[in-house]
Amino acid sequence: MNLTLKIWRQKDAAAKGKIQTYQLGGVDPDMSFLEMLDVLNEDLVNKGEDPVVFDHDCREGICGTCSLQINGEPHGPDRGITTCQLHMRKFKDGDTIVIEPFRAKAFPVLKDLVVDRSAFERIQQAGGYISVNTSGTTQDANAIPIPKEDADAAFFSASCIGCGACVAACKNASAMLFTSAKVSQMALLPQGRVEASTRVLAMVEQMDKEGFGNCTNTGACEIECPKGISLENIARMNREYMKASVG
Amino acid sequence: MGNLDSKIPKGPLADKWTNHKNDINLVNPANKRNIDVIMVGTGLAGGSAAATLAELGYNVKTFCYQDSPRRAHSIAAQGGINAAKNYQGDGDSNYRLFYDTIKGGDYRSREANVYRLAEVSANIIDQCVAQGVPFAREYGGLLDNRSFGGVLVSRTFYAKGQTGQQLLLGCYSAMNRQINRGKITSYTRHEMLDLVIVGGKARGIIARNLVTGEIERHSAHAVVIASGGYGNVFFLSTNAMGSNVTAAWKVHKKGAYFANPCFTQIHPTCIPVSGDHQSKLTLMSESLRNDGRIWVPKKLEDAKAIREGRLKPTELKEEDRDYYLERRYPAFGNLVPRDVASRAAKERCDAGFGVNKTGEAVYLDFSAAFLRYGKETANTQHLENPTEQQIIELGKAVVEAKYGNLFQMYEKIVDQNPYETPMMIYPAVHYTMGGIWVDYNLQTTIPGCFATGEANFSDHGANRLGASALMQGLADGYFVLPYTIGNYLASDIRTGKIPTDSPEFDQAEKAVREKLERFINNKGTRSVDHFHKRLGKIMWDKVGMSRNAPHLQEAVAEIKALREEFWQDVKVPGGLNEMNPELEKAARVADFLELGELFAKDALHRNESCGGHFREEYQTEEGEALRDDENFMYVAAWEFTGEPGDAILHKEDLIYENIEVKARSYK
Repeated sequence: MNLTLKIWRQKDAAAKGKIQTYQLGGVDPDMSFLEMLDVLNEDLVNKGEDPVVFDHDCREGICGTCSLQINGEPHGPDRGITTCQLHMRKFKDGDTIVIEPFRAKAFPVLKDLVVDRSAFERIQQAGGYISVNTSGTTQDANAIPIPKEDADAAFFSASCIGCGACVAACKNASAMLFTSAKVSQMALLPQGRVEASTRVLAMVEQMDKEGFGNCTNTGACEIECPKGISLENIARMNREYMKASVG
Repeated sequence: MGNLDSKIPKGPLADKWTNHKNDINLVNPANKRNIDVIMVGTGLAGGSAAATLAELGYNVKTFCYQDSPRRAHSIAAQGGINAAKNYQGDGDSNYRLFYDTIKGGDYRSREANVYRLAEVSANIIDQCVAQGVPFAREYGGLLDNRSFGGVLVSRTFYAKGQTGQQLLLGCYSAMNRQINRGKITSYTRHEMLDLVIVGGKARGIIARNLVTGEIERHSAHAVVIASGGYGNVFFLSTNAMGSNVTAAWKVHKKGAYFANPCFTQIHPTCIPVSGDHQSKLTLMSESLRNDGRIWVPKKLEDAKAIREGRLKPTELKEEDRDYYLERRYPAFGNLVPRDVASRAAKERCDAGFGVNKTGEAVYLDFSAAFLRYGKETANTQHLENPTEQQIIELGKAVVEAKYGNLFQMYEKIVDQNPYETPMMIYPAVHYTMGGIWVDYNLQTTIPGCFATGEANFSDHGANRLGASALMQGLADGYFVLPYTIGNYLASDIRTGKIPTDSPEFDQAEKAVREKLERFINNKGTRSVDHFHKRLGKIMWDKVGMSRNAPHLQEAVAEIKALREEFWQDVKVPGGLNEMNPELEKAARVADFLELGELFAKDALHRNESCGGHFREEYQTEEGEALRDDENFMYVAAWEFTGEPGDAILHKEDLIYENIEVKARSYK
């Protein structure tokens, strides 16, 4: 396949960026999108140019490191996948592909296609945990039976990989899908209930402080989420927040 | 040959750990506040250790190259975590978990460590459940279990095919609690590039800020290496792209012995290589082997027809299929340990029965499971006279509930629907059992430098059973290191802050800076990946799934030559003081080029076959691994002396007092 790539290049956080165009041939449909970028970078290095910097690590769809706005969509045109799981067979020979970093005020660009998503970490650090000591003297794991439906629902919320696609997809750059997934996991489990109020208040407060926007129920986040995290989480977080605010 | 003191406590096996904990020096909580610990790596081993040390009161600094600790490659572990809970009442016990692990490791791991691992395993599950880890549950609300390769009991706890993710998020939440309290300072996008030794003790590290390029000095009273494994020496592996040996290799070069580097696990259920462009390999959880049956065609002409696309696997009759694992190993069948399953797949493919274009794949077939589960569901739903198609559909739904995300992942990569046609799998490099030599306290041969999880060597012997690496990472981090490191730190309560302006820090920083500058100024002609791929090819062809002396000798020479070429001809674009992934890779590949040579040297000296190390010269008539317990029942711990090829071998004899050493048979 031969492709025209229009890629955002930006030297560092302070520099002004711009779209640069590259022609790339010899792309195999079985390559992943990131392997296609590897090929481009190998070309650039051989030509003595600076390769395009992008975030990636596990390349099997679970670490949440890879990002990229591809033709305007986080993680590209396919559904339910991360960029590393996107394969070139989803494109056609001769296509032009526009590749940009995830855009949000709370995700500043560090270089080229790499953004700083540490705002997500600070939201979790504000209270996204159950305060249990790691001493190994906790009670037996089967001491509190948990209905399978609840455990499964907690699992689905917990399967968020924190990639930031929800923020990038949202016209308000809202982090509510991410935050609500983290709130929900613990809201659904008996172990997390004791500090539910302080948790949701602290996480929402931090989310606002980081400069993320609000939710206007558009639902683009759910559509673009590689792990299918449901909007129900946002509803649950709102209920939790309401309860905590009035309680 | 020096004496390696493993510091195994005296007394009966089952009491060693308890007695040791009772004997250990404790640090007063008020004094812990004056002690700093550096943690390099924040996966399951490093993250859990960091959280626990911080909770105990130490000041912890964590370092990871990722943008968040929760992205460590532990997150990709799919199958599960073992624990001797015996919830299923199928006869499990600490002793049985210990026994299975020692046997699975081909009697090349340390008895006392493995027993301790089994002993604390049950605590791990309690701990994780309390943290909110959503393990799979049965309808009664109790935890569910499954069985894994090499084991006859159901002791594996899991969260769909994402157990590693859930455990890591649990461990990260424990870290977050401590970050919020100010007890952990988390340095992300940072890489450790050297260890600083002051007065014979590990006292700090030199790290590079990967965003700004700044070289930083960090001091502490102890340094813990939890940087994972080195499977990426093969270029293609199931490791994350950034997984590297650098931190472990740097402490090795500063005096820590490196043990059993050749013990590498080749995992049998990975997605086969599709072409030269490939950057990494993807593992399919071993749990699939519980329900999938592995086969290749019985006849060579059928295999050829399948490879050429003239015949579909679903068209091949039952009697024309060779379920070679069930045929060769009737007791364990598809659940034999990973090394056995991997070699058996290679043997069939080498004999010409491979099923993908390159002939390097076998089938993992779920059609029998669809029928089995479908019938069960039809019965429980009281369906009368269901058609076969109905049964299959019901069965597919059950399989989807169990392994849906794995099937989806496969379909995305291979572009085939595994519900309709059998999956293709082939072995790939997965987990490294070798690593930094540590004693019972997880301390390396450098005082004050510790190693945990996959970065150390101690628990898995020559092989790793499924669901045991997550167990080791968390056992080391939550329950072992926090005690044993206290014993060392107890003598440091009056030391005070370690200054970073000492000559030792000056010297280490200067060396790091010079090395990085050399890359930038080298102006060679070949990219870093070019060299990494060539190294990987040598490793896979000559130091891979099966090895022999002539090939290993060639590999040693070729890697040495490649290393020289690398230093002359590598091209690293960009600058030092900026985000520069090519520079990061160059430094890591430089270390892989040294480790690779030691790896081959270790494989060459070990004249036996054990676990993941298979030497073609040492096999039974039936092609099974042939151990030499008389001459090789030891840990090979290598001391660096300037060149990897000149490393000096130290031996730690493995003494089995509680277990009868016998041939490992899964027949």
